[in-house]
Order: sequence, then C-alpha cells, then structure tokens
Amino acid sequence: MKTSLFFILITSAFLLNSSCMYAKQLLCGKGTTLPIIQNALDNAEPGDTILVRSGHYKQGNLFIKKSLMLLGEKNVILDGENKHEIITVTANQVCIKGFTIINSGVMSTKDLAGIKILACRNIVLENNIVINCNFGIYLSNTKHCLLRENTVKGNVIKDPNTGNGIHVWKADSIQIIKNESTGQRDGIYFEFVTNSTIINNFSHENLRYGLHFMFSHSNTYTHNQFTKNGAGVAVMYSHHVKMYHNSFDHNWGSSAYGILLKDISDSEVMYNKFEYNSAGIYMEGSNRIKMEQNSFYNNGWALRIQASCTDNFINRNNFTGNTFDVSTNGETQLNNFSNNYWDKYEGYDLNKDGFGDIPYRPVSLFSMIIEQLPPSLLLIRSFMVYLLDKAEKIIPSLTPIHLMDELPQMRMIKFKETKKSLSSTLPYLYYQPKLNIQYLKT
Amino acid sequence: MFTPNTNSPHRIESFPALSLQGDEENITLRKTTSTRMSAKETKAGKKYLMLRLLKYVLLDILKNRMVIFYALFLFVISTGLFSISGDPTKGIASLLNVILLVTPLLSIIFATIYFYNSYEFIELLSSQPIQRKTILYSQYAGLTISLLLSLLTGLGIPLLIFAPTYESLILLLAACGLTMAFVSLALLSALLTRDKARGIGLSILLWFYFTILYDAFLLMIMFAFMDYPMETVTLVMVALNPIDLARVVVLMQLDISALMGYTGAMMQEILGKSQGVFAATFVMMLWIILPLTIAAGKFKRRDL
Repeated sequence: MKTSLFFILITSAFLLNSSCMYAKQLLCGKGTTLPIIQNALDNAEPGDTILVRSGHYKQGNLFIKKSLMLLGEKNVILDGENKHEIITVTANQVCIKGFTIINSGVMSTKDLAGIKILACRNIVLENNIVINCNFGIYLSNTKHCLLRENTVKGNVIKDPNTGNGIHVWKADSIQIIKNESTGQRDGIYFEFVTNSTIINNFSHENLRYGLHFMFSHSNTYTHNQFTKNGAGVAVMYSHHVKMYHNSFDHNWGSSAYGILLKDISDSEVMYNKFEYNSAGIYMEGSNRIKMEQNSFYNNGWALRIQASCTDNFINRNNFTGNTFDVSTNGETQLNNFSNNYWDKYEGYDLNKDGFGDIPYRPVSLFSMIIEQLPPSLLLIRSFMVYLLDKAEKIIPSLTPIHLMDELPQMRMIKFKETKKSLSSTLPYLYYQPKLNIQYLKT
Repeated sequence: MFTPNTNSPHRIESFPALSLQGDEENITLRKTTSTRMSAKETKAGKKYLMLRLLKYVLLDILKNRMVIFYALFLFVISTGLFSISGDPTKGIASLLNVILLVTPLLSIIFATIYFYNSYEFIELLSSQPIQRKTILYSQYAGLTISLLLSLLTGLGIPLLIFAPTYESLILLLAACGLTMAFVSLALLSALLTRDKARGIGLSILLWFYFTILYDAFLLMIMFAFMDYPMETVTLVMVALNPIDLARVVVLMQLDISALMGYTGAMMQEILGKSQGVFAATFVMMLWIILPLTIAAGKFKRRDL
C-alpha cells in the first residue's frame, strides 16, 4: 500500500515536472522582440504561455487557434477602436487572464464581442475587464468553461443597441463565478445552456434583464445579486432550475419584476430575497416549483401568480411590507400555500402552537380589481378601497376562496444565517488589473 | 339677541375699531383727508379692520379646546406611527391614510359648527359699517389659521423629527391644502342652509361624498369604460376631488407609481415632478377659492 502510494506520488511529480519542461514561455508586446501579439500567438506551440507586457494595443482582432495560456501584465489594454472584435478563441484549453478589453465594434450582421469563444471546450477566462463592447463575453457552442472574476461594463446610455454582458448560447457545464455585469442589454444571457453553475455574480443597471435565460435546463444559480435592472430577471421555458440565496432588489418600473417565471417547471426557488421590486415574483404557466424560505420585503406585489400555474408549493416564506401579498387572475386555485408568515394576518393563536387558528387569504379584492382594470390602481390607499377589502375579508365572495394559507405563522420566520457570499470559499484572488480611463473612447 | 358677557370677546367695548368714535386712527384719517378718502387709505383701513376681526376670531377659536385636542391627536398618531414602523417612508405612507380621513372630516365639521355658533356675532358685525366680504373672509382666515396651526404643531413637528424629507413636506402641504379647501367647503355648506342641523348634515355628506362615494363612482366609471383609454379622463377626475388629488400627489412622491403600469408612468410624468406639484397646488387653490367666493356671494345677498 505504502509503496504504491509512493509510486503514484513519484509519477505524478514527474508528470507535472515534464509538462512544465516542454511548455515555452513567450514574452510579447511593447519593448519585446514580438511587438505584435498575433505573431506571438501564431509562433507559439500548443501549451505555451504568452505574457503580454503592459501597454495600450490597437492591433485589431486577435485569433487564438491553439491551446494557449494568454496572460496580461498590469494595464494591458486591448483596444478594438470601435471597429473590431477583440479576442476570438476557436481552440480548446485556452486560458485568458488579466486583460482590459475596450471598444469593440458594432455590426448589424455579426455579434462582435470583447471575448468570443466559438465551438470549443475547457476555456478559462479570469480577471478580465471588458468595457464598452457590444457583447462582453460571448460563448457559443462550448462546454466546460470557467468564467471567473470578470467585469463587463457596457455603455448602454450611449448605445442602446448594445449586446449582452455575458452571453452564452448552446453550452454545457459552464461555471460563471464572481463576475460583474452592468450597462448592457442583459447582464447574463443563457440560451440552450445546461448543467451550469452561476455563483456569486453581480448584475446591475442593465437595460433589460439582469439575468435572462431560456431553454436552459438543470442549472443552478446561487448567491447572485440582481439590482436595478430595467425589467429585473426573466427566466423562461426551462425545467429543473435551482435558484438559491439570490437577491433580487430595486427592480422598479411599470413592467419590472424581481423575477419572471414563465413556463418553468420542477424547479426550486429557495432562500432568496426579494426587496423593493414592482413585483417580487411573477409566475405564468409554471408548475411544480418549490418556493421556500424566501423573504419578500417591501415589494409592490410579492407574488403575482397567474391562473395558469399549478402545483406550486409556497411554504415558509416571509411576506412583510408588501403593498399586495398575492394577486391572481382566476377563480381556480391549484397551488399550495402553507406555513408562511404574512404581516397583514389578523388572526389569533389560541392553542399557542405558533400557527394562526384561522386561515389567511392573501388575495385582496382590490388586487383582483387591479388584475382586471390596471388603471384602478389609482385608487390605492383610498378609504373606499379599504372598506371594500374589509367587507371582502369578512365574507369572501369575489376573491378565490381556496387560495389561502391554512396555517399561517404567527411570528416572522427566522431563517438560518446564510453565507453572504462565496468569496471566502474561492481559492485565491488574482491581482486586479487597474484601469487607465484615458484610453477609453467615450 | 345678545347677552352681555364680561368674558366674551363679543362685547362691543372690546372692539374699539368697530365703534365709530373710539378709534384714534379713524379720527386722524378723517382729519387729514376731510370727507373724501383716497382709495389707498380705504384699502389700508379695510385691511386693518380685517386683521382686527381676524384677531378676535382667532383668539376665540384658540380658546376652544377642540383645536388643541386636534393637535394633540395628530401628534400622538404621527409619533406612534413613526415609532411602530422604523422605515420613515412607510411611516409617511401610513400617516397619509390617517390624514386623508381625519383632516377633511375635522376641518369641515369644526368649521361648520363654529360658523353656526358665531352666527350672532356675525349678525352683530353686520350691523356695523363693515363689508360682508370682510366679515366672511376674516371668519375663514381665523378658522384656517387656527386649524393650520394645530396641523403644523401636531403633524409638522413629528415629521420634522422622524422624517425630514421632501416627501413629508409634500404630505404636510397636502394636509394644509385639504384643511383650507374643506374649511372653504364648510362655509359654503353653512351658508346654503339656515338650519344648523341641516348645515352640519350637509357638510358630513360632503365629506362622505369626497371620501367614499366619489371613489366608488370613479371605479364604476372606470369599469364601464374599461375598453377605452381612460388615463386623461381619470387624471381629470382625480383633480375634481381634493382628497384624491392630495392622495395621488403624495403617493407619486412615494415611488408607488411604478406599480401602476402605464397609468402610473403617465401620472409620474404629469404629477411626479415639481411642475406637477405646482399644477396640483393650482387645482387645490381652485378648490379653496371657488367655494369661498360662492359662499361670499351667498353671504352678501343674504337677508340676515
């Protein structure tokens, strides 16, 4: 046993050593023998490492067609001069680290991006800053990629036709960790992406959605924050989606949602926070979703659940300070509400078991009226509306009678403290390339 | 008709400005300008008279404990609401509900009752060479100022302590506007009927109409014409009710408009900005001035 272990150790050490021995390191860029980066990329053998000296490069489009490691020193700026795409990767096993990529071109026939990965696998993008590009990071037909600690910053005010921050199309097993995306059309965009993990990203102030995915099954989203996006987060036509510990806040607007669930099934929405959204969750055609231990705080509507939703379990959530707790547009009710805390609950608890003795009906008459007649929201907080709601509470006749929480909590549920972010669990932090703003064409 | 009472300000002796010989200024005026007084001086004299009358009305109302109770009530309610909800914005929102209900009701009923109670005093004043308009306006000003004073102390101080923001300023202004408009409506309803009970009944009816019935009608109309674009119409209809106007203006500041979809966006466009507040102020001014002018006309032509 001991000898075999020793043998394995020796061989692995040898293997590691050998891989280092054969891989070359190339230095290119300003003040070196290879001032043109593309030449270095062409000269390198697969497995080589290319280090780019700091400087401001206007060298058009870089094509990476071999398995390479491309590293930037501090302040390496690749400038597309508003004409070109900047880095295009078409080879497997490529790592790009520490670049600042600015000013890609815009084309109506082609999606130009800061970094584009086309039909390959095992790509690592780390510590890059992409600024003022049409698409930030664009992955197409790829597998097994890692995007970590990148920043994408668009200029949506200048260019309303901007693309998405992190755009992934037809991919599998992608990990997107600790990135920031802002000022783009969609912060993170997924289409036909499966088995991927999206952790600890911050997507804010995008023109449309903070996160937008369609036909993307079996993905996990945890510890992300989506703030102040034009229309919040929209997820559609997917199943087996897991969303944990995310925070959706300040998505205010006439058609903004914390999260829009459209045709989502067999999914879990748990431990999330919804704060200051026009609608915390808007559900349409969604089935078998487990919603637990979320907190809905100060939203316009905490939950808008359309009649096309069935078999959803909404348990143990906190609903506090929302203008409307739940609204729906139909009479039938096929979802299960139980053990939630509602701050508007006025019941009592005689047997002191912590649950109210009379059921709570979270749908008010006024919210039903609004579903049919949106302009009537003008009468919100009118005394007449208050009277209507009270009358309906006493004798429910127009609101869906079966939509109720049979066992509402008497006290606010205290959730277990969850880790605020995963930054502590990330193995290491690279140096953060500093940005020299004067290079930016504004 | 009039029983002398040593404590009452209604005694003739306590109105030197009203007695024909007692006022020194009047005498000097007469001396300097012989028989014909210039327009300017008449105006100044009228203003002086109005201030004098206002002083007595105001002192009389402030002796009435009702106003003090009103201020205390507002103070307790607003401090209580702010202490319960830690968030000042939420405090303002819940305070709005109370204000919209209480301020109009108290203003209109208090003003009506006070007007009927001081009817004899008004009759006495009418026997003096004072314009009817001056009498009514001084009554109005006295009522409004006393109610506004209690509003400012009862509501203004807690707002200043707990939420010194732009929103609370708007809320306070809305409350002031409502007070002024409903005192004006109260005088109108008091002058529409001679009978005290009917007058008070009318003012309660007015309050009921503006608080509940109007919104119910609005909802009915919205439902009836739901297939048509109703945004402009509803906006106009909101302006036709001072309570609705105050409510919508304050809510627009509280960022609730985002819930309202297209209507909210339009409302925000029109009412959310400072010009919108000015426009709303203008409409509210109409609500103050129009009933008062009609009431003044009624009072002028009235056979006392």
